[in-house]
Amino acid sequence: MKQRDTLDTRAAKGVPGRTVDMMINIGPQHPATHGVFRMVLTVDGERVIDAVPHIGYLHRGSEKLCEYEDYAQIITLFDRLDYVANFNNELVLVMAVEKLMGLEVPERAAYIRMLMCELNRITSHLLFIGTFALDTGAITPVLYNFRDRERIQALFESVSGARMMHNYFRVGGVKEDLPDQFNERLESALSEIEDGVDEVDRLLSTNEIFLERTKGVARIDGVSALDWGLSGPCLRASGVPYDVRTEEPYLLYERVDFGVPVGSQGDCWDRYYTRVLEVKESIRIVRQIMCQMAPGEVQTKTRRIVRPPQGEVYAHAENPRGDFGVYIVSKGNDSPYRLKVRPPSYCNLQALPQLVVGHYLADAIVVLGTLDIVLGEVDR
Amino acid sequence: MIAGLPPKDKNVPRRRHPVIESAPPRLTPVGEALAKQISDVLSDFDVSITAELDEVCCLVRAPDVERICRLLKEGPLTSMKYMRLLTVVDYLEDEAELEVVYHLYSLEHHHKMMLKTRVSDPSPEVPSVAGVWRGAGWYEREMHDLFGVFFQGTPDTRTLILPDDFEGFPGRKNYPINEYDEW
Repeated sequence: MKQRDTLDTRAAKGVPGRTVDMMINIGPQHPATHGVFRMVLTVDGERVIDAVPHIGYLHRGSEKLCEYEDYAQIITLFDRLDYVANFNNELVLVMAVEKLMGLEVPERAAYIRMLMCELNRITSHLLFIGTFALDTGAITPVLYNFRDRERIQALFESVSGARMMHNYFRVGGVKEDLPDQFNERLESALSEIEDGVDEVDRLLSTNEIFLERTKGVARIDGVSALDWGLSGPCLRASGVPYDVRTEEPYLLYERVDFGVPVGSQGDCWDRYYTRVLEVKESIRIVRQIMCQMAPGEVQTKTRRIVRPPQGEVYAHAENPRGDFGVYIVSKGNDSPYRLKVRPPSYCNLQALPQLVVGHYLADAIVVLGTLDIVLGEVDR
Repeated sequence: MIAGLPPKDKNVPRRRHPVIESAPPRLTPVGEALAKQISDVLSDFDVSITAELDEVCCLVRAPDVERICRLLKEGPLTSMKYMRLLTVVDYLEDEAELEVVYHLYSLEHHHKMMLKTRVSDPSPEVPSVAGVWRGAGWYEREMHDLFGVFFQGTPDTRTLILPDDFEGFPGRKNYPINEYDEW
């Protein structure tokens, strides 16, 4: 960083006036921090010279609670971690337990899981695009995106009975089969969403003000992004094509054809546009799943109370926010001995000070927006 | 606690089950090759290599952790450039030890592994790896909050997810859970 002027150096150069560094506290209750997140910025005029993130306002001790619950009960706790991508969280937990037990899920159940996770990725990214546009001052996209998101939430409701907090995946399969006429409803929703995504894309992505606010802001190169442990769209925007779906394929991702959008600059615009492209890829995946899915069983036979063998397991999957992992230490009981979550937002948020220092105060909000944090997952 | 129910005795497992099975290690050929490589790379250190399901698991002595991590990250054969997870598992009750677990990944070779070390209670100290992977910084602060493990040389020692004046280490098994009245 450039050596800053102090009172002494200014006096030596004969520069009049004086600047005093100012500390600005943002949050924990501020709409732009997307939850109960607080950051203390030190600014010199309009430039951020130091940023200190504070987390933990939503710490509920979920990991410790899991040590006292049955595996079936833990699924409900996982719904409440990343609360805009519930299916994806549930998936990682049930995958970890199944991996430990050596359990195979029926093909239809795997397809249903994939379908739900990809739809959830679409809703999560739609929410991101809308709220990120709000962060940069564009009010309109969020209204369009909420309309489209609501279409998928209605589908989720028809499948699991809840708009959020679904508790639909089970160890060994899913709770029940898809409802009647699901495919027709999904197809009509998809085509509307496709139009909606394109509409918002036209409205926002080439808007000159939006480009000025995001292009070249807060670059991070691939090497330091890896060093910070970034994952998901934040890492791929820096040009690292790391996607768990292709890196260590799980479920039936080997059977579908999809691209992994990768950015080149690692700036705010890349982090935004990677997600826009991902929505389109997810729609492609959903279409392929609908073609491939065949009728069949949706649940393997398991004990009513799941009891995996003794051992340790790490399972992970590509969530909308990045590489979400679960590490379970089992001692052969009904509850895990230790359960630890790898929350992607937590790792992404950690790089915030490096990203915002040197930029304008107004950009700090934009940078935080591109990290797309969910505090339920950061604090657990 | 629900009114009217007797308090739970935490030392008694919920249900007794006579046989406890172990999950068998299922190392892939890639994993077996990696296990050999690691034993070559870390031949100067006191290392024991096992497997947990499909992951190579490597137990080392606590004072060596930072040097081993640097070797694993920078060595071209391993190149573990991505640290996925750092966590602590509490075995204080049975084995009087805390286990620090590092989950590492190599994007070049698609290798994954667990690195473990054990520390015991009066001074649970591990050298910090925040200088190797910067992403380790918050994990180390969090694990100090929850388990009281000291990471020597970590750049930031403030509390992260607990209030500054919090007493005790709530991640540990001996920290009470649900011991509050209805409100």
